[in-house]
Amino acid sequence: MIEQYYPIFVMIAGGVVFGVLMGKVNEFLGPSRPTEEKSSTYESGMEPIKTARERFSIKFYMVAMLFIIFDIEVVFLYPWAVSYKQLGIQGFVTMFVFIAVLLVGYIYVWRKGALEWD
Amino acid sequence: MIPFWIILLKIVVVLGVLMTAAALVTFLERRISAFIQNRIGPNRVGPQGLFQIMADLVKLVMKEDIVPTAANKTVHDIAPMISISIALCTFAVIPFGNTIELFGYQVKLIIADVNIGILFILAMTSMGVYGVSLAGWSSNNKYSLLGGLRSSAQLISYELAMGLSIIGVLMVAESLRLDQIVMHQTRYLVGWLPAWNLFVQPLGFVIFFVAAFAETNRLPFDLPEAEPELVGGYHTEYSGMKFGLFMFAEYANMITSSALITTLFLGGWHIPFSENWGVSPLVMSLLQVLAFCVKVSIVVFFFIMVRWTIPRFRYDQLMNLGWKVLLPLSIANVLGTGLAILLISS
Repeated sequence: MIEQYYPIFVMIAGGVVFGVLMGKVNEFLGPSRPTEEKSSTYESGMEPIKTARERFSIKFYMVAMLFIIFDIEVVFLYPWAVSYKQLGIQGFVTMFVFIAVLLVGYIYVWRKGALEWD
Repeated sequence: MIPFWIILLKIVVVLGVLMTAAALVTFLERRISAFIQNRIGPNRVGPQGLFQIMADLVKLVMKEDIVPTAANKTVHDIAPMISISIALCTFAVIPFGNTIELFGYQVKLIIADVNIGILFILAMTSMGVYGVSLAGWSSNNKYSLLGGLRSSAQLISYELAMGLSIIGVLMVAESLRLDQIVMHQTRYLVGWLPAWNLFVQPLGFVIFFVAAFAETNRLPFDLPEAEPELVGGYHTEYSGMKFGLFMFAEYANMITSSALITTLFLGGWHIPFSENWGVSPLVMSLLQVLAFCVKVSIVVFFFIMVRWTIPRFRYDQLMNLGWKVLLPLSIANVLGTGLAILLISS
């Protein structure tokens, strides 16, 4: 069973080797003449104002949370989809109820304005 | 049992072709964009400027690798490598042909014939978020941070629609194996129409296609690197080959997405009506690989055309499209497919 995955591991290893190699070749071949201005943070030629380690919009956090909820639903749908033709009408009704429950949450989130981006 | 060196050979060939193709697409994009904008484009190095790729590679490798003093150096180094290795390994489960007889073995033209094909691809595209968001965070640059955040929010939003649009295909094909899905598309619907999922699942196809654009950060969804607002987005602070790796990963992702679209919706390596051509199996296999490449190239060409034709979305429009349009549509597609299968089988 696990043997099927060996080629994938080889492939990942190939990608990592390629990435590291290219990075190292660049470090080796390219010049290295750092100056203070060159290695300061880029901010359209202005003096950088504070660092980027600051608070950012909570919207991104919101999207991540909603994603997890819906993605778990999608994960449940996969095994159901593969065996759907054997499950017949019962499978359809079961999943319809499941999706209906989730849709209630979806409509709630929408009405609450969590999907608005302003 | 197929000896391991044949699998290794397949991996080397696929990685080689994928890298060459990705490099070639960077060049093609410049030529096509020039053509669309009525410019000439790079045409000096070699025939039709074809060696521009090599020249670019040499140039990128010879450039100074600048790491800002404020950046987190380790993460800054690792991020492009995450991007590139994930972009390259996703291709492992995509079938690029049927079986072929090679050195006396029946070799399946797919690198890893695993039974969770689609799940692996979805997992890997999710992992792709790490490369981008780590790059954005570690640079300690406001543009980069915003680019990385936007990119991760966009990727996860469209991943939902993408995952849901595939479910219709799975319900029809009853398998997560990609070669099984292709096999299922080799039938015919009404005698003359091939049972490609493009015709069986038109709504799913459209949703998946749109989501694929967002997943690869291509225009009209290239908000993470919207030049007028964010300079270069998450790779603002990258230079030399590390920047090159990000570019390379983007184009490799584009090719993988095109291959996935081909496999899921356009019949993969299947050539319609080729069953009664009466050519030898070897020629047939080669023709099928060629057909796969042609289909992928057409989709890639479409990707490029769209980039240079359609303006960029605003971020709220992007989020609205993902959450309020594509998500309900894809749920409706799942339910609709379920009903249709019930009606047909009864």
